[in-house]
Amino acid sequence: MFTSNKWTLTPIWVMTVMFICVSALVSAAAESEHTPTYNIGRPASQAEIHAWNIDIAPNGEGLPSGQGTVIEGATVYTNICASCHGLTGIEGPMPILIGGRDTLTTNQPLKTVGSYWPYATTLYDYIYRAMPLNAPQSLSPQQVYAVVAWILFRNGIIEESTILNAQTLPAVHMPNQKGFVRDTRPDVSRMVP
Amino acid sequence: MNNNDAPLAENPSSHSESSDNPETDSPLNRRTFLLTASSTLAVTAAHMLTPTSAATASSPSDPARTPGMEASAYGTRATFEHAQRLTTSTRSLTPLQQLSGIITPSALHFERHHNGVPLIDPQKHRLLVHGLVHQPMIFTVEELKRFPAESRLAFIECSGNSGKEWNGPKGRTVQETHGLTSTSEWTGVSLATILHEAGIRSEAKWMLAEGSDAAALTRSIPLDAGLEQALLCYAQNGEPLRPEQGYPLRLLLPGWEGNTCVKWLRRLKLMTSPAMTREETSKYTDLMPDGTARQFTFDMEAKSVITFPSGGQQLEKPGFVEIRGLAWTGRGRITHVDVSTDGGQSWQAAALQQPVLPMCHTRFRLAWEWNGQATILQSRCHDETGYVQPTLADLIAIRGTHSYYHNNAIQSWKITEDGKVHNVHI
Ligand code: HEC
Repeated sequence: MFTSNKWTLTPIWVMTVMFICVSALVSAAAESEHTPTYNIGRPASQAEIHAWNIDIAPNGEGLPSGQGTVIEGATVYTNICASCHGLTGIEGPMPILIGGRDTLTTNQPLKTVGSYWPYATTLYDYIYRAMPLNAPQSLSPQQVYAVVAWILFRNGIIEESTILNAQTLPAVHMPNQKGFVRDTRPDVSRMVP
Repeated sequence: MNNNDAPLAENPSSHSESSDNPETDSPLNRRTFLLTASSTLAVTAAHMLTPTSAATASSPSDPARTPGMEASAYGTRATFEHAQRLTTSTRSLTPLQQLSGIITPSALHFERHHNGVPLIDPQKHRLLVHGLVHQPMIFTVEELKRFPAESRLAFIECSGNSGKEWNGPKGRTVQETHGLTSTSEWTGVSLATILHEAGIRSEAKWMLAEGSDAAALTRSIPLDAGLEQALLCYAQNGEPLRPEQGYPLRLLLPGWEGNTCVKWLRRLKLMTSPAMTREETSKYTDLMPDGTARQFTFDMEAKSVITFPSGGQQLEKPGFVEIRGLAWTGRGRITHVDVSTDGGQSWQAAALQQPVLPMCHTRFRLAWEWNGQATILQSRCHDETGYVQPTLADLIAIRGTHSYYHNNAIQSWKITEDGKVHNVHI
C-alpha cells in the first residue's frame, strides 16, 4: 500500500484518517455495546440455543452433518411415512408429496413438493420439525436426508445416485423456485361513488 | 309497577302441589336446597349426584320465590346457552351468528392448529431470543409479565377464512363461511421491548417466530413491521391465554393473517432473510392464474358479513328486522358499511356501533322492514385507506379461483318467502 516516503501529511489526509478511525470506533461501540433497559431475563447458553435452533435456511445454514441416499430413503418412507402419505406418495390420504408438475396454471393445480415448493431446504426443515405427524423431531439427520432424497428423486428433481448432505441439498434446484412473487395487494378495489 | 299488572301466567301454589310438576322433585330443587343448606359435604354430594346437564331440565316457575345458587369460584354461562364452536381435529369455527358486540368470548374464539393443542406448563416454558442480536436471551413467562404491559383489542382472522367459498357457496351458516375470525383484548409486552433487551444487530431484517407445538409452527416476519406493531401476549380478555390461543405465550400482529400470530411461542431468531418455512411456501401463499404465487401476503383486507339474518336462520314473519353484522380491516379502521337489501342494486349506510377501533371487529346495524318477499342481503365495508370490499367476481377476475387464502368478498344471503336464509353467490 503506502510506502513511508510517499506518505505526506496533508491536512486533508489527516482529517480523512481521523474520520475513518472515529467512525470505526463509533460503529464498533454500537455493535458490541448491549445496554438492556430492564435487566429482566438472562443470557442464553450455547447449549440452550443449540437444542432449539432447528430451522434450515435456503442457503443450507443450520443443516447438520450426515447424509442420505435415495435407496435408504425408500426404506424410511415405506416404514415411517407411507401409512399416511400412501405407498408411493401419491395415494394419500395425507398430502400428496409427488407429481403435479406443470399443473399450476390448469383448472386443477396440484401443489406438491415437486410442483410448488421453491427450496429443497424447506423439505429438510419441515420433515425434521413436523414429521412423522405422530412423532415429530424424532428422525436422525441420516433418515431426514434420505427421505428428502427419495421424495426429490420421485419428483424427478435429483438423480437416483445423488447423495444428499449439507453441501448438496442447498444446491438442488427446485422447478418452481422462481414461482413466487411479493404481495401486490391491494389489487382489487372499486371505488364506490 | 303495580303487582296486579304483572303478567302472572301461572299460579305458583297450584303448581307446587301438582303431582306431575317436574319442578317439585327436580334435581335442581334438591341441589338448590342442599346448596342453601351450606354444608360442604352436601354440596359435594350434590355435585356428584347431579350432572350439570340435569340442571337444565327445569327452572323454578318463579325464580323470585326460590333461593338461587351460591357464589361460584369460576363462572360458567347460563345452562340455557349452547352456542358452540364447530370443530374438526385441526380447527374450530366461531358461532358469529350467536354473538353480540365485538368481543368474542375466549371459549368461542376460533382455533387453528397444525398438530394439536400442546399442554404447556407455564413454569417450564421459556422464550429464547437469538440470531442477529448482541446478547441471546432467555425469558420465563413470569419475567415477560414484569415488562411494561400493553393491551389492545384486535381481531385475528385466519387467511383461510371463506377459503372454501371461491367456487360457489359451500358453507350453510355464517359460522361455516366466516367463523375463522374473532376479536379479543390481548395483553402482553411489545416485541420491540424484548428485542431491544437482547440488542438488535444492524444486519437483522427478518424474524423467525417458532411455536412449541408438535408442528413447531414457524413463520418469518419482516423485522420493521414486527417492531412497529407486534405484541408478545400472555393474556386474552383479562385472563391468561386459552390453551387453543397459544397458552402461555403468543405473538400478535394486529391485522395480519392469523398464522403469523404464532402460538405457544418459544423462539424468536433474527435473520437477514426469510427462512422460507413450509407455512410460507407450500401453505399461506396465493396461487394466481398465471401459475405464480403471492408470498408474504400478510394484511387481511377489509371484509364484512351480515350475521343476522344469516345462513340457516329463519325470519318468523314479515316486519321489523334489525340487520346486524361485523366488519373489520387489517389496514386500520372501518369508515363505513353499506347494506343492500335488494341484491346489490341499492345501498344504505349502516350505523356503526362505537367503539370503532383499528384492526378490530366493528359492529354495524341497519333497521329494515322485511315485506315477506324473497330478496338478497349484502354488506360492503370501506376502510380508512379508501379500500372498498370487493365482490367475489372482482376478486376472481384478478386472482382466479385457486388462491384459496384471503377471500374477503361480499357475502350474499338470500331470504326466501318462507323466511329461510341461504348462502348464495350472485
Ligand atoms: C400420522 C400420519 C403422518 C405420517 C406418519 C407422516 N405424515 Fe407427513 N403429513 C401428515 C399430515 C396430516 C400433513 C399435513 C399437515 C398440515 O397441513 O399441517 C403432512 C404433511 C407433510 C408434508 C408437507 C406436504 C405439503 O405439500 O405441504 C411433507 C413433505 C410430509 N408430510 C412428509 C412426511 C414424511 C417424509 C414422513 C415420514 C418421515 C411423513 N410425512 C409421515 C401426516 C403424516
